[in-house]
Amino acid sequence: MLSSRTARKFLKPPVFLICSLPFFLIFTDAFELTGNLGANPIEEIQDRLGNWGLRFLLLTLMISPLRQITGQIWLTLFRRMLGLFTFFYILMHFFTWLILEQSLYIPAITEDIITRPFITIGFLALLILLLLTITSTNKMQRKLQKKWHKIHRLVYSASILAVWHYWWQVKKDITEPLIYVVILSILLSYRIWIKYLQKNK
Amino acid sequence: MLIKRSSIIKSSEITSEDNYLNRRKFIQSSTLIGGSLLSSKLLGANLPQEPFAELDDVKSSLYSTDEKINNFLDVTSYNNYYEFGTGKDDPYRNGKDFQSRPWSIEVTGEAEKTGIFDIEDFVKPYLLEERIYRMRCVEAWSMVIPWVGIPLADIIKSFKPLSSATHVRFETLHDRERMPGQKSRVLKWPYREGLTMAEAMNPLPLLAIGIYGRALPNQNGAPIRLVVPWKYGFKGIKGIVKMSFVKSQPKTSWEMAASNEYGFYANVNPKVSHPRWSQARERRIGSGVWASKQPTQMFNGYGEQVAHLYDGLNLRRHF
Repeated sequence: MLSSRTARKFLKPPVFLICSLPFFLIFTDAFELTGNLGANPIEEIQDRLGNWGLRFLLLTLMISPLRQITGQIWLTLFRRMLGLFTFFYILMHFFTWLILEQSLYIPAITEDIITRPFITIGFLALLILLLLTITSTNKMQRKLQKKWHKIHRLVYSASILAVWHYWWQVKKDITEPLIYVVILSILLSYRIWIKYLQKNK
Repeated sequence: MLIKRSSIIKSSEITSEDNYLNRRKFIQSSTLIGGSLLSSKLLGANLPQEPFAELDDVKSSLYSTDEKINNFLDVTSYNNYYEFGTGKDDPYRNGKDFQSRPWSIEVTGEAEKTGIFDIEDFVKPYLLEERIYRMRCVEAWSMVIPWVGIPLADIIKSFKPLSSATHVRFETLHDRERMPGQKSRVLKWPYREGLTMAEAMNPLPLLAIGIYGRALPNQNGAPIRLVVPWKYGFKGIKGIVKMSFVKSQPKTSWEMAASNEYGFYANVNPKVSHPRWSQARERRIGSGVWASKQPTQMFNGYGEQVAHLYDGLNLRRHF
């Protein structure tokens, strides 16, 4: 069993670096140092950031079940960090859309958010993640007490909206969004199952 | 993808842009001076076996746009050709070893002349033309591509379609071994497309056998593909093996896949949005990360040549 202290000291910094890697790879690829961004760099940046946002979201949701199954308490140390990385990647995904894809052209941005359902739900997911980020500090947690858990249960809605947003955006080949759907379903069913077990104790 | 894009295509396979542009100037001036001479020689098109091989005696066309041409790398590494996979670089990667010879095209249906023709004989009677067209994808991006090919109308005329033919229908090769993307059920194979006879007889549609003065690369639809510049790119069926003159509007692949999103006509129209995204603006590939999207033009800017084809047709309903 790894103590929380050792995990904090020795695992947190490298995990932080690993989580930032996909972001830095976008820059090194943009300058063709590590790879490249292809013929449509804006689409590539947007897709990569969105994909990493989804991956971090699912990783965040994996922490609690993993801790419960393995009994490794220290895992919880990484939940907030992964959650904040989720928000970071999704926010960058949103900024890429706003600045590079739409060139801050307000009429197109509002039209898309209002009339394109897949953008509407993606935007909703972003707002939820924003709320979770703001209330993620220890101070907020103490201040909100019981309400904090209620608010942070919204992460389940956000994850459904986010995966749905991806599914809806794909032209025809749904293989990749399907992978996310399967993982998310497992993570959510696990929680429902635990709840059911507790109720029938 | 960790492959360097610049290493995707061997430099020897690329006509350098300068070289290509010079060559174009030369061709243009020589056709201006000796145009009549050339055509009187009745050379006919010689189709080389190998992709990227240089094409001879290509004449320029008044239908070409003078907009900046996209670079060869973008045109050959960012493709939608689901027969080789759904990713944009799949057609390049999975199409590399595709053998496009021997190749024959079957012409069937309502026409005086039908039969199965070897690709070389199929294009032999015609002079090759270069047409620099805008290409607008339904996914809201666009390119400017220097095609080399034969006006579809000229080819159709030679088969003498009967008056009973209302549409012409095309099919792509169906061969799961050679086209690995067909192992997936993402679309119904073979890929099919079609045009009304009036559309097909318009001077713009091209049966292309090349780009940048060279034979078509596999990822762009070797050995022969359709180019219809006022329609969304998916109408440009690639790797054609069959052309049929038919008596009713044929079912097309994307229409069969999602009829609420993709129609038979598929005319570029900034006012009719895709159910999931706007078609009002487009991203010109190669314009850089900081460039904003540009407005999409009705019929992709080819309205002067084609708008009359749709007089009285409700383009919102017949999208």
